[in-house]
Amino acid sequence: MKSAHELLAGSDSRETWTPLLEMATREVFELMLGCQLAVNSAAEQPAPEVTAMVGLAGMLCGVLSVRCDGKAAALMTSKMLGVDLDKVGAEVSDALGEVCNMVAGNFKNKIAGLAEGCMLSPPTVVTGSDYSLHSMAESPGLEISLLFERMPVVISLEIHS
Amino acid sequence: MSITALIIDDSSVMRKIVERSLRQAGLDLTKVFEAGNGAEALAVLQDNLVDLILCDINMPVMDGLEFIKQLPNVANAKGVPVVMITTEGSESHVVEALSHGARGYIRKPFTAEQVKEHVVPVLGGKS
Repeated sequence: MKSAHELLAGSDSRETWTPLLEMATREVFELMLGCQLAVNSAAEQPAPEVTAMVGLAGMLCGVLSVRCDGKAAALMTSKMLGVDLDKVGAEVSDALGEVCNMVAGNFKNKIAGLAEGCMLSPPTVVTGSDYSLHSMAESPGLEISLLFERMPVVISLEIHS
Repeated sequence: MSITALIIDDSSVMRKIVERSLRQAGLDLTKVFEAGNGAEALAVLQDNLVDLILCDINMPVMDGLEFIKQLPNVANAKGVPVVMITTEGSESHVVEALSHGARGYIRKPFTAEQVKEHVVPVLGGKS
């Protein structure tokens, strides 16, 4: 079984994986939320008020996270449930966790061997922005930033050994 | 014909999305039961009859694979089609679910059209 380092060292994996991560993210938003994500050309960063994380273990070990501000998270929930924004409540964490879970699953299913050789953890969701996240990742990882209804959403993949 | 469905997923948001997709697929749902894991679903089936079961694979307490293995022990579930809905792309999990009686699987993310394609054929005219 190849390790994450071996996978990353292979050919041009990093250059290949970033577009796959973006494709996986776009597909989730198109199919489950019915909306297109735009390029974040201004590289705006969201206030990280909601951060969903899913762990990956096996051939690829790491953490995939989706972070955005509270307004974006509430709007995602509204679109997923098909309810008005003012009806959204405690489901926000559940919804963002599912978005993260689907992005992670969709991403690994696009890479040969990872669908079978990599497991996902249940999602963990952090709400609030007064926190620091320290990663012990041994590789630089991948990060993409897209706009959801003009609000930035950042998807990161921290890669461990 | 109207049908009764049981939707099993540890995410309440996902259960709502699946229900909405079934309605968008044109199914006439008279009643929808929800369960957060396989054990809850088995308890629901002890007291209720359903026409269709949609089941996630990765869940706490009892996952979808264990649920489908235990399903033959539930009298109310005899002959009820089960369709797995999962993020898990692992071929071995899918094969295991199908070998234990699942009639199909849908991979998340999905469209209502994909739900229709996988669910309507297994209902045998009930839809």
